[in-house]
Amino acid sequence: MNTVTLRAKRRRSALVTLGFLAPWIIGFSVFFAYPLISTVYFSFMHFDGFRPPAWNGGRNWSYVFTQYPLFWPALRNTLWLVLVMVSTRVVFGLGVGLLITRIRTGTGFFRTAFYLPYLAPPVAATMAFAFLLNPGTGPVNHLLGSVGLPQPGWFSDPSWSKPALTLLALWGIGDLMVIFMAALLDVPKDQYEAAELDGAGPWQRFRYVTLPNISPIVMFAVVTGVIQTMQYYTQPIVAGKVASGIIGNSGQQFEPGYPQQSTLTLPQLVYNLGFQRFDTGSACVIALILFALAMAFTALLMRRRGGLIQAGD
Amino acid sequence: MTDVLTPPTTVSRPVTDPARAVRRKAVLRWIAVHALGIAAALFFVLPFVFVALTSLMSDNQALTRALWPHPFVWHNYVTVFRTPGFLTWWKNSLIYAGAGTVLTVCSSIPVAYALAKFRFRGRNLSLMLVVATMMLPPQVIVVPMYLFWANQLHLTGTLWPLIIPMAFGDAFTIFLLRQFLVTIPNEYVDAARVDGCGELRTLLRVVLPMAKPAVAAVALFQFFYCWNDYFGPQIYASENPAAWTLSYGLESFKGAHQTSWNLTMAATMLVMAPVIIVFFFAQKAFVEGVTLTGVKG
Repeated sequence: MNTVTLRAKRRRSALVTLGFLAPWIIGFSVFFAYPLISTVYFSFMHFDGFRPPAWNGGRNWSYVFTQYPLFWPALRNTLWLVLVMVSTRVVFGLGVGLLITRIRTGTGFFRTAFYLPYLAPPVAATMAFAFLLNPGTGPVNHLLGSVGLPQPGWFSDPSWSKPALTLLALWGIGDLMVIFMAALLDVPKDQYEAAELDGAGPWQRFRYVTLPNISPIVMFAVVTGVIQTMQYYTQPIVAGKVASGIIGNSGQQFEPGYPQQSTLTLPQLVYNLGFQRFDTGSACVIALILFALAMAFTALLMRRRGGLIQAGD
Repeated sequence: MTDVLTPPTTVSRPVTDPARAVRRKAVLRWIAVHALGIAAALFFVLPFVFVALTSLMSDNQALTRALWPHPFVWHNYVTVFRTPGFLTWWKNSLIYAGAGTVLTVCSSIPVAYALAKFRFRGRNLSLMLVVATMMLPPQVIVVPMYLFWANQLHLTGTLWPLIIPMAFGDAFTIFLLRQFLVTIPNEYVDAARVDGCGELRTLLRVVLPMAKPAVAAVALFQFFYCWNDYFGPQIYASENPAAWTLSYGLESFKGAHQTSWNLTMAATMLVMAPVIIVFFFAQKAFVEGVTLTGVKG
């Protein structure tokens, strides 16, 4: 009899668990698992969105790798962004974090000032920078010119568009600043005192006390930075549209990556192939490449010691 | 090392030479740190200032390289509001962000609670799947989702494809809430259970009141996410300007006012304003939320 009630109790608690998880189970199935499987299916189909899909083997895959003109530029840009944008963001974020922990007067003002740009909606922030950096009337080139420095074309110049995007990314450093600030304040004070007694200078204290203590956070910032780069979409596409002057209702005709494919990123290719060229199959190939990259870096993040996931009971 | 950095106060001890050297070094460091701080603050604040100033310039002046508006044209903001569509986009953004936030938070709380406090087989796997979904670029699944909303439900060109999925939990919200709920001691939950509370009552009466700061943080994050979303409206709403949101409509503003930046910058200010106002009212919850994103291990 005892086992019967126990079993009934277990079944009830399983039902309760299921009930609590229900929203996510439905959401996961309908908005994640089903479309993911469907994406794999379409990646082997010729499908223009109108006529019924037809099997065409690996042709979408070979098209993307060998013929689609935007794939390799997008991958190269992604690599550039990972190497330059992610690393400058981490270094700058750490620098701003160090600075804010040392500021003693007007702390509240400085914190808010440093954090606020992070909140600016990406479209609005990009519009703002497209204006600030525009070669014609932009205040940045105005100031550069008035002190006799060269005035780059920024978003209109293929060799300056990614640096301009990096500048925009550095402006919104608030998230990293807060994370580094918390980590820096957690470094045990006695370690600094011990180092000072041993005669360590500021650089040695940073190198041998600060850095080892915050290295997990640096790692976290790098990996999440890479994952964000895989998703980098709004800023380059808006910057390209504004700089090229092709904007508004005629969005369908905009060839992404302006100027000269220098701001192309992988997510833009999904839009370009799927919604502008009506090549659903090849769009799904890009989507799967994006999926593989994002998952690889997520696995790296989850394997991290001390973990992204807080231990439960 | 903290006290080295505090601005020097009067020293009562007789001043010896080494003490004076230490003090002078402290003063110099204080000056250096704060000079750097001001330089950094200029970098972060000046873009807002230039955008605000340009938004107040006359059409003619906005075509020049002038930095200071002369005269101040406050009427630009009226013009922006009178632009066809602008109020509709504003309303759509509020609907998307408002409904999206309420639905996401309500549907994510029970899931996060189950992942934090229930013991069941597959819990760790579920958690890993949540994290995986969280890291997924939205573009990965957009093609089948678009076909689903367009061909099966005929709902593209409306806000529904953006809002409905919010009723089924959001991975990021679930993850953040779960991170917080795990830190609530089990004794509270067990005590409520012993007192005969069902799981739902335990969650609503005991756990949720303790989790208010975390709920506030995820609600803010979700509000900002919806308000800022560009890709979603571009995919699902672009075919119908009456369903555009501010984030999507803003760039068309530059198209309509091709030549001058003043009205575009006024519109940009109006897109930034709600987010910044909300931030000032909820600063603490927000910063707590950022530190919750996975740093505390």
